[in-house]
Amino acid sequence: MRIVVDQDRCVASGQCVMAAEEVFDQRDEDGVAVLLTPQPADDQLGDVQQAITVCPARAIWLEPDSVA
Amino acid sequence: MTNTTTTPQYPMARDARCPFDPAPALHDQQEQAPLTKVCIWNGTTHWLVTRYEEQRALLADPRVSADVFRDGFPLAAPIVGNRRPGFIVQDDPEHARLRRMVTAPFAVKRIQAMRPAIQKITDDLIDDLLAGPNPADLVEAFALPVPSLVICDLLGVPYTDHEFFQQNSKTLIRLSVPPEERAAAAQNVRGYLTDLLAQKARRPGDDLLSMLVGRVEAGELTPDDAAGVGLLLLIAGHETTANMIALGTLALLQNPEQLALLRGSDDPKLVASAVEELLRYLSITHNGRRRVALEDIDIAGETIRAGEGIICPNELGNRDPRAFAAPDDLDLTRDARHHVAFGFGVHQCLGQPLARLELQVVYSTLYRRIPTLRLATTVDAVPFKNDGVVYGVYELPVAW
Ligand code: HEM
Ligand code: SF4
Repeated sequence: MRIVVDQDRCVASGQCVMAAEEVFDQRDEDGVAVLLTPQPADDQLGDVQQAITVCPARAIWLEPDSVA
Repeated sequence: MTNTTTTPQYPMARDARCPFDPAPALHDQQEQAPLTKVCIWNGTTHWLVTRYEEQRALLADPRVSADVFRDGFPLAAPIVGNRRPGFIVQDDPEHARLRRMVTAPFAVKRIQAMRPAIQKITDDLIDDLLAGPNPADLVEAFALPVPSLVICDLLGVPYTDHEFFQQNSKTLIRLSVPPEERAAAAQNVRGYLTDLLAQKARRPGDDLLSMLVGRVEAGELTPDDAAGVGLLLLIAGHETTANMIALGTLALLQNPEQLALLRGSDDPKLVASAVEELLRYLSITHNGRRRVALEDIDIAGETIRAGEGIICPNELGNRDPRAFAAPDDLDLTRDARHHVAFGFGVHQCLGQPLARLELQVVYSTLYRRIPTLRLATTVDAVPFKNDGVVYGVYELPVAW
């Protein structure tokens, strides 16, 4: 699975960083989310799922690897 | 829409015996249906969204507006004048444009770097509290000064002026105050900030207001919008956290086994979890997230028509048994991170990383340094903020 972050939708709440700080970070200039690891390890999936649940802007989702 | 005799009136009164729980009549609405109808002070009828999932769905829906000047908006109180208190009542794309100008300083890691400074503020205030009269009012001596000092530092507002803006913000967020007086209070702080921004233009500092001045000089922000953003941050930045500190302390004192758990642990994970649970349990912004539909929205078997008002009381969503097991229990060990105490959707609280850090520092320090802290009155004598935009206590007499 591959993580997708829609930076246009992101409202820089920081919720994803709090849920999975090894996977998400925030840009210095405006706090918008950036991906540290697009391909989460199996043991990170729970935290990523948590980030998806709490993202207030619904800006994070998972896509199968085969999708470009 | 007009009032009918059968439509319940919102907001509903809490039960004085359960000051931490949402109004019992709200619970009844939640049991009835995910969407019901309520009537507000001006006689208009709006949708009440009673359950967690539907609240989140609607607050994240781009077809709702937070613009208080739109027809059909379910106003909490009459508005006087045409000034907007910042982007909290604006819609995208303008909301996003303004919000992004101030998001950088609130990024999680930037905020976490403030931990030592917030710890020092907290420790110093506890020293003063212990050196002062016993009993004391925890609100005045501690709960309000902590977030006030922090937000002043972040914004670059001189703390020496705190009596002025605390007095005005108290007036501003008290719904029982006549609307003209509330508008005048907002105008006072706005005028103060306009002057302060002008000073910063001459002598910029390393603070958020100076950053806004930079945006004004770059032609990206009008001076009026800069003052509006400053006003929003100053008010939202201290009244909210202050109420979480005081009301949270009261809730813990009433739940001694939970307090003992928190006091006995130095695990930062438990402290963080306690903060999330207290945010959920207390849900201090109890006045309902309010929106108006821009288009027809089908949800939970109902159709919200364009132009109809929507009220999502987050204290009710946070007590929905469909989202939280045994929702009326305060359980610091539960995973409450998906609560909606900071709202949901694009307006979700900008200051949440700061609020969380302040509360983590305070809750992990206050009860350990003053293990004998106790209420110096009875709960029924505590003045609760039933008429506030933010719920809490006006005073909390404590002794040790
Ligand atoms: C425990 C403390 C706090 C709580 C419970 C809280 C709660 C909330 C809620 C529920 C909203 C959403 C409003 C809506 O959807 O209509 C909100 C928005 C906001 N909060 Fe907080 N807040 C807290 C602390 C803070 C702090 C410390 C700051 C700033 C320093 C802050 C700044 C803001 C701002 C600027 C918005 C508007 C965001 C937007 O419209 O995009 N809040 N807050
Ligand atoms: S949780 Fe969502 S809105 Fe918040 S920073 Fe991450 S991507 Fe952006």
